[in-house]
Amino acid sequence: MFWTYLRRELRRRMRQAIFIALGLALGIGLVITVTSAATGVQNAQAAVLHSLYGVGTDVTVTQPPKQGSGAGLSFGFKQQIKQVRSGQIAAGTKINDNELENTQYGTLTASQLAAVSRQQHVTAATGALSLTDITATGTVPALSAGSGTFSSSFTTSTFTVDGVDVARASPGPLSSATVTAGRNFGQEDATADVALADSGYATADKLTTGSTVDIGGTNFTIVGIVSVPQGSSPPSLYIPLAKAQRIGATGTAKLTNEVNTIYVSADSAADIPAVQHELTRLLPSATVTDASDLASQVTGSVGSAASLANNLGTWLSAAVLAAAFGLAILLTMAAVARRVREFGTLKALGWRSRRIIGQVLGESIAIGIAGGAAGVALGYAGAALIDKLAPKLSASTGAPPVTASGAAGKLAQQISSAATHTVYVTLTAPVTLSAILLAVALAVAGGLLAGMFGGWRAARLRPAAALAKVE
Amino acid sequence: MYKLAGVTKEYGHGAVLAVRDVGLDLADGEWLAVRGPTGHGKSTLLQIMGGLDRPTRGTVELDGRDLARMSETGVTKVRARLIGFVFQSFNLVPTLTAAENVETALAPLGVHGAQRRRRAAEALAAVGLADRAGHLPSELSGGQQQRTAIARALVKEPAVLLADEPTGNLDEDTRDDIIGLLERVWRERHLTMVMVTHDSVVAARAQRTGIMRDGRLTVAATSPGVGALRPGTDAVG
Repeated sequence: MFWTYLRRELRRRMRQAIFIALGLALGIGLVITVTSAATGVQNAQAAVLHSLYGVGTDVTVTQPPKQGSGAGLSFGFKQQIKQVRSGQIAAGTKINDNELENTQYGTLTASQLAAVSRQQHVTAATGALSLTDITATGTVPALSAGSGTFSSSFTTSTFTVDGVDVARASPGPLSSATVTAGRNFGQEDATADVALADSGYATADKLTTGSTVDIGGTNFTIVGIVSVPQGSSPPSLYIPLAKAQRIGATGTAKLTNEVNTIYVSADSAADIPAVQHELTRLLPSATVTDASDLASQVTGSVGSAASLANNLGTWLSAAVLAAAFGLAILLTMAAVARRVREFGTLKALGWRSRRIIGQVLGESIAIGIAGGAAGVALGYAGAALIDKLAPKLSASTGAPPVTASGAAGKLAQQISSAATHTVYVTLTAPVTLSAILLAVALAVAGGLLAGMFGGWRAARLRPAAALAKVE
Repeated sequence: MYKLAGVTKEYGHGAVLAVRDVGLDLADGEWLAVRGPTGHGKSTLLQIMGGLDRPTRGTVELDGRDLARMSETGVTKVRARLIGFVFQSFNLVPTLTAAENVETALAPLGVHGAQRRRRAAEALAAVGLADRAGHLPSELSGGQQQRTAIARALVKEPAVLLADEPTGNLDEDTRDDIIGLLERVWRERHLTMVMVTHDSVVAARAQRTGIMRDGRLTVAATSPGVGALRPGTDAVG
């Protein structure tokens, strides 16, 4: 009786049932799409952090750059600009300056690295140098006092180079890398002129194992191509730390026995705050960062996407769902109002209120389930659309402020932006089982809510009053 | 079967007295027709007798149980088991077939599946609608719809049949058919029947006729020797 009555009643008011179901479907579809997009954004954030941070690294230690030593032009090129302005270098002179510069961070000494590794709950600590190879080539233009088109006369190219500890891969920049061609560093490479190329950079610059590259004026042989997880922003090249310390510089200061990043792994996740606290106490002027700190520093569209998914998306879904629920409740109550005579008759026949409530609830839940099914399909379609559009999200960290001005400042801006860690990830929207379950729960809840209101109204009907309406 | 005493129904805190101090004794198997002008309390009295409404004052005993004092659940059970209703506008569920409409009366009794269908088919056959079992109310004539409603009222084999203007929406021929049918089942099943009607022809078929005027019921015997007037039931307010 229940199912027959339910089926027939839904068939009678099919248009209204479809309308309610579509409203619910829209809300549920939005919830699934937004949930999936949020999952995608979370995955993107994880990929970004993973790439910026490295596998197995719990804490990083960096030193803020000294005043005036921030990102910008190589020291030698700055000197040459001065010489051009003072007339020591004549117009028409060709300049080709190639230097490996520590532009982003201040330096930490070997003894500081050793002190870090001795701290309690520190499993391992590895030093690395994150450097930028800056090449400026061009011909000195004729300048009119203090201004001119100096920047347009030079071509500036940069690529990033990490000096890595060949004896200890993890924690460190190469911890999440896999070798796709050639070989990895070995201990015998500590002082060799060998380099690993990131697969993306190698493809772009047509580098293969055996190719040579000029890094800071020294020729390095590529011995391996490495790949890091999708979404990472790896340096272009990796060279042994000792070689980086020898050829790299902060201005005129050599980097002998110095690093600018210390990668630290803790004994356990629970020890990370204690390690962070100890390192802050040990190196008061250093920046001690864990993954959550880094996440808060990440800027770019990935942050906007996260904010969009978490704020606008959530509120939009909630608003549409609330509207759909409200609509379902109103229409169900209106349907009950139209069936007063019917329910009054059934009560006269001896139907208990709960049987009538059950009937109304059953109809509403059936509509809810239909809406849920359509909503899941809509949600899948929404997620598929995001996958199809595959929007690129960017995430940036670590761009030091550029303070130079004038023509040199313009060039410095270009170089600075190149040195910034910017990661591009493709947003996907994976539909998870939990999203589906949430949708089904919402659909049933929507139906239940509408049915409860409708049933409540039906239960309150006094049979005599209901039948009196007929007359 | 029925024993009503001092039954009064007020609306609006006494502003309207729909039924005034009605007393009535109705024996098993008796047929009472209630006539009277529109709005003088006939249907209200019928609803009180059927447990669809409660009197403001008075007692409504059905087989010794006072419907006026019974819980809602108790009254609902009495309606489900003992009382069959027939309404002027048939009140069939429009989405259900004739057979399914008849089955709705068995659902609260917990009669399941095949047995429910079989009894519904028998009830429809008894009112001459065996060949219309699968039709929706909209596919039936007025007379057929009322026959379906009668089958629905009778399928649970009630002790009482309460009919509120059962021929009010029918033409004369159909009216005679329906009254003939009701009379037949009343006799065959030894039903206690109360029928509200405007139609003097219909009322003349009953054993007793009551007149409702201003909420007061006056009952007299229609057929000689049947339904003797009970002292005090002239219900003088």
